[in-house]
Amino acid sequence: MFRHTTIALAVLASSAAPMSAMAADSSDLQQIRQEIDQLRQGYEARIRELESRLQQAEKNADQARQTAVSTAEKVAASPVVAAPSAPAANGFNPDISLILSGQYANLSKDPEKWKMSNFIPGGDEIGPGKRGFNLGESELGFSASVDQLFRGQLTLSVTGDNSIEAEEGFVQSTSLPAGFQTTAGRFFSGIGYLNSQHSHTWDFVDAPLAYQAFLGGQFKQDGVQMKWVAPTSTFVELGADLGAGENFPGSTRNKNGAGATALFAHVGGDVGASHSWRAGAGWLRTAPRDRSYDAEDLAGNTVTNSFSGTSRLWLLDGVWKWAPNGNGERINLKLQGEYFRRHENGELAYDTASQNLTDSYRSAQSGWYLQSVFQFMPRWRVGARYDQLSPGRVDYASNEAYFVNTGYKPTRSTLMLDWSPSEFSRIRLQYAQDKAREGVRDDQIYLQYQMSLGAHGAHSF
Amino acid sequence: MKNLLIATVMALLGTYAQAAPLHIVACEPEWGALAQELAGDKATIYTATNALQDPHHIQARPSLIAAVRNASLLVCTGAELETGWLPVLQRQSGNPAVQVGQPGYFEAAAYVRKLEIPTRLDRADGDVHAAGNPHIQTDPRNIALVADALAKRLSALDAANAAFYAARYADFSTRWQAAQLRWEKAAAPLRGTPIVVQHKAFPYLQDWLGLKEVATLEPKPGVEPSSAYLAEVLARLQATPARLIIRAAYNDGRPSEWLAQRARIPALALPFTVGGNDRAKDLFGLFDDTVAQLVQAAK
Repeated sequence: MFRHTTIALAVLASSAAPMSAMAADSSDLQQIRQEIDQLRQGYEARIRELESRLQQAEKNADQARQTAVSTAEKVAASPVVAAPSAPAANGFNPDISLILSGQYANLSKDPEKWKMSNFIPGGDEIGPGKRGFNLGESELGFSASVDQLFRGQLTLSVTGDNSIEAEEGFVQSTSLPAGFQTTAGRFFSGIGYLNSQHSHTWDFVDAPLAYQAFLGGQFKQDGVQMKWVAPTSTFVELGADLGAGENFPGSTRNKNGAGATALFAHVGGDVGASHSWRAGAGWLRTAPRDRSYDAEDLAGNTVTNSFSGTSRLWLLDGVWKWAPNGNGERINLKLQGEYFRRHENGELAYDTASQNLTDSYRSAQSGWYLQSVFQFMPRWRVGARYDQLSPGRVDYASNEAYFVNTGYKPTRSTLMLDWSPSEFSRIRLQYAQDKAREGVRDDQIYLQYQMSLGAHGAHSF
Repeated sequence: MKNLLIATVMALLGTYAQAAPLHIVACEPEWGALAQELAGDKATIYTATNALQDPHHIQARPSLIAAVRNASLLVCTGAELETGWLPVLQRQSGNPAVQVGQPGYFEAAAYVRKLEIPTRLDRADGDVHAAGNPHIQTDPRNIALVADALAKRLSALDAANAAFYAARYADFSTRWQAAQLRWEKAAAPLRGTPIVVQHKAFPYLQDWLGLKEVATLEPKPGVEPSSAYLAEVLARLQATPARLIIRAAYNDGRPSEWLAQRARIPALALPFTVGGNDRAKDLFGLFDDTVAQLVQAAK
């Protein structure tokens, strides 16, 4: 548009100027001159116009170059991020992970009759499990940041008998200062070494006998936890749980206050590049009321007994890992052990259904396990574990006639071999010689798979 | 007893209470070395892994939790390289400064153009990274980009020393550009050389020097080479011969040595990161040695 106007003006000016400025010699000559002038002025106008456009273009190019340079600088300084391809609403979905497990069990003795002689059974979720093919626990986990202050996690456990339970469900602070972290909801207690780890990360199919005897397999509760990591170069972690204590060794309570208190401390570090370790101590106090359990009386009939009082448990745990230069790809070794000692003090009611004889009860019992797992070549590991429980002293007071503490120490020896084609799958063969029952040797063979899908779970030490 | 306890606590605290304003924890040695170049004595630098460890598979050890607890800046690769262990460290350290999204968390891979971004995400394809191949440190051009961004981050976190970091960066950058020209000149004959890699760990090196990857020893990324698959690779090399086999220092050497003997081509253990061998003492040594080894072997 601009260009056309300029040309028109130039043409107008050139046609007007010669007529007023000079007199014509002849009309023909004048006309020729006029035409030449017109042409000349027209060209001059066009050259001027082209020059200005060239200048403009140069200026633009210069600006573009500068913008490009500054953009490049910005690009260098700011993250190169691909635009998210998922719809924005889905982009906030929590990480989902799924653990699938199943097993085949060949047990030489009836698992229904399994018990740990001289020990009160630790809840309902203990024992060698069912015979034959079983779908194990399938775990469905969701986790994500809630906002700038919290993250949340829910782990649903779907058991082989079609029940779903909230295995864990908690929110956790992410921004408390000075090494503090608080958790609220349902979570595995920080006591011990194995307790806070999900069972699919364990190195054997089942929990150590001591965990089964003293923590009902694995201790979790609804409550709050406070943890603190010290500002030291050696790892030092202190923590406390306060909760309902609804699970063994506690019991469901109709009470406003806390039913269980746990305290724990862990320290750890490295020795050179190849060795690392963690050691800890824990204490758990629960106050069960009418914690009932089934047992055999001296005649072999099933009776229901019940304990009320306080249960105090001390734990010591240690784990040591070795890998050449800290690179466990080819070979690595893990050694771990835990020691438990429990004092229970209160009243025991014998045969609550009929005789209901109640008198004081005191016990001091202990147990431990030691296990080692060796990866002898990529993908293949072997492991061995030894379990032992000590029935210690049990004082039944006037109920003594109905109980016998033979002093027998339940033991179990376990060997396992597993193969992990990738870090997401594992197939395990395990053999255990279980002597938890006095005078009974149970040969237990398991073939198990454990696989994980979805979000890549990071594992604790 | 009480005095002993106090003395112990003081000794433990003493190792932490140092004068430097910045406590940097580098996830991999290359970033530890880069932080050292840029921050000098204005920061303490703790490197979480060494060159003989596979950064995909690191135990979330107590010592690392303690280090992250005290960090004011985490310098990691990102692109899911540390996904199996870093989230545990961040979670268990109780340190809000180094959580994802905070200025105290620096992800190097975010500042470079990534290669091998998968078009489909399926674990059947092995250990694939949705964000692209994370082994960005094998191309010095990437180091330069990360250095620029890291220098800016250091200045942002420790504004009082901003001029110091800027000067260190300018000095590093000059030396780096000169070194890069030197490496490129030396490596010019390598362009188009067909190579075999053990793990898909070198796409950036290949991109930089124009090497041509004709086979990988891992059947899928992160899956250990099996003897059957190695035999298959050997057969394939008859049709498309390669000049070299390369692996990272932390890789098990046996698969590439096995193939090297049978295919009669050299197998190189490249340092892959700082500390990967005696010559790779710093970032310059890393590339000096990498280029020298490649050029020597391809002669």
